[in-house]
Amino acid sequence: MTQEPMSAETDVLVIGSGAAGMYAAIEAARSGCQVLLADRSLIGRGGATVMAQMTVAVALGSETPDHWRYHYADTLTAGRGLCNEPLAQLLCEEGPDCIRAMDGWGVGWARKDGRITQAMAPGHDRPRCVYVDFLNTGPAVSKTLRTFVNKSSGIRKAGDLCVVDLLRNKGDVVGAAALHLGSGAPVILSAKATILATGGLTRLYRRNSASANMGGDGYALALRAGGSLVDMEFVQFFPIGHLAPRLIGMDPIMWDPFRYKLGGRLLNNRMEEFTQHYGVAEDGKYVITRDVGSYAILKEVEAGRGSPHGGVYLSFQHCPERALRESFGPVIDRLAANGIDLTRVPIEVAPIAHYHMGGIVADAKMQTGLPGLFAAGEAVGGANGANRLSGNAITEALVFGRRAGRSAADSVKRLRASPDHADDAQKAIALIAAEAPTRNFNTAEMQQTLQKTMQDNVGALRDEAKIVAAIDTISLLADELGDTPPGDGNRFDMRRIDWFDLRNMLLVSRVVAEAALARTETRGAHQREDYPRLSPDWALNQTVGLQDARIELSAGPRDIAEARS
Amino acid sequence: MSENATLRIWRGLDVNDGRWETYEVPFEAGQSVLDGLRWIRANRDPTLAIRFSCINANACKECMVELDGETVYACTARLQARKMTLAPLSNKKLLRDLVTEIAPPTERFRNS
Repeated sequence: MTQEPMSAETDVLVIGSGAAGMYAAIEAARSGCQVLLADRSLIGRGGATVMAQMTVAVALGSETPDHWRYHYADTLTAGRGLCNEPLAQLLCEEGPDCIRAMDGWGVGWARKDGRITQAMAPGHDRPRCVYVDFLNTGPAVSKTLRTFVNKSSGIRKAGDLCVVDLLRNKGDVVGAAALHLGSGAPVILSAKATILATGGLTRLYRRNSASANMGGDGYALALRAGGSLVDMEFVQFFPIGHLAPRLIGMDPIMWDPFRYKLGGRLLNNRMEEFTQHYGVAEDGKYVITRDVGSYAILKEVEAGRGSPHGGVYLSFQHCPERALRESFGPVIDRLAANGIDLTRVPIEVAPIAHYHMGGIVADAKMQTGLPGLFAAGEAVGGANGANRLSGNAITEALVFGRRAGRSAADSVKRLRASPDHADDAQKAIALIAAEAPTRNFNTAEMQQTLQKTMQDNVGALRDEAKIVAAIDTISLLADELGDTPPGDGNRFDMRRIDWFDLRNMLLVSRVVAEAALARTETRGAHQREDYPRLSPDWALNQTVGLQDARIELSAGPRDIAEARS
Repeated sequence: MSENATLRIWRGLDVNDGRWETYEVPFEAGQSVLDGLRWIRANRDPTLAIRFSCINANACKECMVELDGETVYACTARLQARKMTLAPLSNKKLLRDLVTEIAPPTERFRNS
């Protein structure tokens, strides 16, 4: 079935409607631009933001005196020497302003005696994390921004648009081509500036904590358009993702806030605490950083001291019921509905793919190396180095989103004429509306195969043999995928949607695997069992580009901030 | 002794021209109906159209369907070892199978 192409024109095209995309849209519209806010799913409900459970790190100084420089120092320490300093500085310096703006828009940060409450989180030198009770930070941030987007004039919204490729004119990015899920038709979106706010790549992993639409699309779009990526080997695993018993209607990273408020004890199958054997004695407090925590848990499992489902126990049995209820009110009832009484039984937890430190190369104005293309939020690489400090993700989304919106608007104002039409629009339309190949393959099963391979071989613990095997599997899957999408091409054609997702997922998986193979050391979230130590020679960032469909890696010194007073 | 959930699912592109298909899904205590639908796609029929983003957190609110005539979220409805009938929302425009047009009109793409 062939569908007629559709089209739309705008000043600024924002791809992705999590916190970064919505803030970018708001800011560009405030500057007088026409904005088209596009998303794979519903507007402001997919992505990672809505899944955030608690912490947003920001030097407000509302709990104890603080300064963005202290937050910056903790961010650099967590990043194990690899942070892009200008980006890390931007995050920490402008964080307080964005958090106050959100407060003014009614997000409802938790307060005590009128002051915004700030919790202590691992890796921070003082209480610095604001939140919305109970486990409601992400939904509240999303809702606040959705409401503001709806009130802003100049923002058109378009959900169910699966962006397939960026469009170029002589190297400038001039919009994007998309598959409209609701009709199956190709769509040409012409824009004077385009912002990628597509989030991370957690969907590449079998166990992950984000939405199903986080398959690394933005990375693949930027690469194919000629852009560069950085730090792609650094995938953060969240150590205590929920494992068992099975829960419904709960986010797998829900135990993080429990640990912030109540500590909790990590136990192996002998019911003994074990993190002290990995250099961090917790003593009932939540102090273990994410890289060390994931390593310790996986090593206990490997040594035969894991829980029945292949993780470890997290116990709150020492907490009085009153304390649990005071801290988590309605959540305790939702747990009871799932048959869980924390005063009686421990739950099982294990590492889960959570966040991507790497991403699109961008400067502190969120400009990529491609004229007309900007990036925002988790899609941007570098601010968090080899390991992200807890609480920095939402702050980054807000700060980078706002900056990208302003920069895109500035670039639109500087343009004297509309950009010429794209050189490659017809090619994209032809792919989206292609006749299906006759051979049959199960796209959903292929995605599962890829996710299992990435989880087992390019996950929290890696070695050369495992990574090489993963690259082989990725190549086989890419051969099976072929050059044309299957399906009838009509509306909500799942196989065609899966095919476009896999096209991105396979490219990005290959980039992660090759970058992980090249880095012969252990640093932050990149843990090589065959190279278990940090190597001073590897105080470098790897960048990735595509040359004639070949992945090109290069290593160079990191971007260091110019001293500013 | 393994048990199955029997999912009877409405399939089609046109409300007046659909069909029912039945799938046997291995049942494991604690699974959601959405887990069962995702199992069908990976193991039986990848063409089955469903929509969801967040999988398990009930955050995205996309996976609404009619289960035995009642509107539920597929991610919070428990899979059970019995026959369960799934149909698209009857008060929304059908797109395909279990997927309906749920976005508010101002959030849909318009050709311009």
